[in-house]
Amino acid sequence: MLAFIIRRLVQSIGVLLAVAFIAFAMFRFVGDPVNQIVSIEASAEERAQIRESLGLNDPFVVQFARYVGRAATLDFGISYQFRQPVTKLLGERMPATLELALVSAVFALVVGIPMGVYTALRRDSWLAKLFQAVSLVGVSLPTFLIGILLIYVFAVTLGWLPSFGRGEVVRLGDWWTTGFLTTSGLRALILPSITLGLFQMTLIMRLVRAEMLEVLRTDYIKFARARGLTRRAINFGHALKNTLVPVITITGLQLGSIIAFAIITETVFQWPGMGVLFLQAVQNVDIPIMAAYLLLIAFLFVVINLAVDLLYAVVDPRLKVTVRAA
Amino acid sequence: MLKFVRGAAVASFAGLLLAGAPLQAKTLRFAFQGDYKSLDPYTLNETFTLGMHAAAYEGLTKRDPELKIIPGLAERWEVLDDGKRWRFYLRQGVKFHNGNAFNADDVLFSADRVRADGSDLKTRIPPEAKFVKVDDYTVDVELPAPNPILHYEWDTWYIMDKEWSEANNAGKPTPAAATTPSYAALNANGTGPFVVESHQPGVKTVWKPNPAWWDKPQHNLTEAIFTPIASDATRVAALLSGEVDWIDPVPLQDVDRVNASANASVMQGPELRTIFLGFDQYRDELLYSNVKGKNPFKDKRVREAVYKAIDIEVIKDKVMRGAATPSALMISPLLFDLSEDFKRPAADPEGAKKLLAEAGYGEGFEVGMDCPNDRYVNDERICQAVVGMLARVGIKVNLNAQPKAKYFAKVLAAGGYDTSFYLLGWTPGSFDSYNVLANMYRCRDEKGNGGNNNLGNYCNPKMEELIKQVLGETDTKKRNELIKAAYTLGQEEDWGYVPLHQQALAWGVAKNTKVVQRADNQFLFYWVTKE
Repeated sequence: MLAFIIRRLVQSIGVLLAVAFIAFAMFRFVGDPVNQIVSIEASAEERAQIRESLGLNDPFVVQFARYVGRAATLDFGISYQFRQPVTKLLGERMPATLELALVSAVFALVVGIPMGVYTALRRDSWLAKLFQAVSLVGVSLPTFLIGILLIYVFAVTLGWLPSFGRGEVVRLGDWWTTGFLTTSGLRALILPSITLGLFQMTLIMRLVRAEMLEVLRTDYIKFARARGLTRRAINFGHALKNTLVPVITITGLQLGSIIAFAIITETVFQWPGMGVLFLQAVQNVDIPIMAAYLLLIAFLFVVINLAVDLLYAVVDPRLKVTVRAA
Repeated sequence: MLKFVRGAAVASFAGLLLAGAPLQAKTLRFAFQGDYKSLDPYTLNETFTLGMHAAAYEGLTKRDPELKIIPGLAERWEVLDDGKRWRFYLRQGVKFHNGNAFNADDVLFSADRVRADGSDLKTRIPPEAKFVKVDDYTVDVELPAPNPILHYEWDTWYIMDKEWSEANNAGKPTPAAATTPSYAALNANGTGPFVVESHQPGVKTVWKPNPAWWDKPQHNLTEAIFTPIASDATRVAALLSGEVDWIDPVPLQDVDRVNASANASVMQGPELRTIFLGFDQYRDELLYSNVKGKNPFKDKRVREAVYKAIDIEVIKDKVMRGAATPSALMISPLLFDLSEDFKRPAADPEGAKKLLAEAGYGEGFEVGMDCPNDRYVNDERICQAVVGMLARVGIKVNLNAQPKAKYFAKVLAAGGYDTSFYLLGWTPGSFDSYNVLANMYRCRDEKGNGGNNNLGNYCNPKMEELIKQVLGETDTKKRNELIKAAYTLGQEEDWGYVPLHQQALAWGVAKNTKVVQRADNQFLFYWVTKE
């Protein structure tokens, strides 16, 4: 087991290095950072001087090696636009993104699982058909459109919920800010988390439905029925329980993409998270922020995958053998 | 929420003290498409940022709503020694937000700091200008040659506190390559009407009025809160739902919707920026063209033909939905007294074809055009319209529209002026024609020394001579005549550029909020009143 973990960790470092390399190679095509740092009236000498001081004249490999060297000590440099350390900027924005991702994931599970169970048990009811139709919308409509529609209906027309921002936040400890403790913070969470979670919700609903239908056909459910157990005990005690293993896997893996795909939702709602920071960094060619964000997201995926692999081994004893053999 | 309760309690308590005088919390909330990045007033020479600095910081001079120069931290000034010495008399009894007194040392310090490495506002003060302290409240500026526009940009050269800056290790502006964060980027200590209460770059900035301000406030705010909202749709939604009182910009397609709403309306006015087309008229062969061995744009008949092929009224009506002022000059008419003397020639495609035939391009030719797609209002669509109009006279334009980060990297000096035909916008930072002439009409070398932003390298020795005369002339009337002669040469004789229009400002303003819209597009909320 330990050897497995160590091997996976080594692989993870390889993945991170590859991501950093590809990201760095792409940065050469996003534009010239110097133009974003100085105004158009700056002279040629000034520009040349800044270019030199940022080390942009060095060969690609030298720049990359220097970056990796610093990143290894968790120094991701100073943002070109804000003149602040990137770690501090990302750290300040991280609570916003994580809270949004968490609420979206909870929303997706809490709404998605019952809907999936219902559509599996009452396949022909009109409500089940409605759920199916709604899920189709969730899968097919792009996130930004859903966001704008929600803003238009609930913020502009009805005036119930805020159209942007995070509301009032409360500072907990040195670096965590939360919107959970104020009314405006909670209200501000509703629309973005629905927008972000809708796709995952429909995914979970369809997954639960398919798994439920599968399980309900199995022999042990039939035997349970024959024994005269209540429908409740059969459906929830046996059938649902057995569908949850793949659901948990998928949810875990999707958590990474919720955080990564929060970029679009954050932009639509001007949610002050890491995604907005990243997008603005792309527009302004702020290479230190872009690089650090991509590495962070890669790191998240690596960690989540690792955790899921380990959980598999714990949950399913058959896998343990292959793990040992591997 | 808690904050609101506390604010209300304070307000009602104060109301009790004032025996019923109406005093309620008036919070201005406003949103812009970009960030307010650094509080350091010398890090970025950009209009919105400069306007935001003006809440906490002040310059020696200020500009009023009509852009007229008025006294700021300097009560008055006089020009001595035939224009080679300027004497500024400083306002006495002014305090910085931390309580430090403002005096001549702060002016000398700020003059050095704004010209130090890492400053993006080096052009505010000529490098050769020498600042001399006469006494605590008098400063002399010594110049090697007269300069009538020395103080034209000083309303955005903000005075910083010497003691505070040095104590916090912020004696110099933070260069982009800095390895330590800057204190002045996150904290402000000016003399202005508002105090920065909190600043989280890219998220939120909060100001409170400065109770010790030396002047009488013209606003009635108790708080101002800025949030960037990058998405156009969300910004408009925030205004319509009443969550913010001011937004900039309102996208042109949403103007009618905002005006139709009960909460807000759009305030439009001409901006100072001039949008124009430029040509590579320097290289012997264009980089992007099917004409080999020669450069068609070197022939001024071809440039005139391009000018006349463009129907500016169509661009104004169809592309800009009326929100543009066609321009005959490379400067806004608001900034040049004699601009009335210039008329834009009407569109004349037939004449353009004739000119092209005369120049030997009767069959037309192909040329590549560079255009930004996220910098100016409807920039890419203007370029598309130009492509269509030039096609009618036989010039086939291959459009390359890109995000500004890529566009500027290609066409500016750093990219080796890699363009044959381009669209650009220019606002003279000094609000004066000299800036336009020096940037757009002076010859330059390969590296950009000279007219650094003269991308196509328009170059005429007669123009060089005129520009020199403009710089040294101190008599306003004579100076205006010289500027007029320069524009006549550059426009009507040489057809150096094709000025298109001044785009319109489009601010969305809540109905209960009164703001002052200045043509330079700075949003100065010390003039805002709320009902």
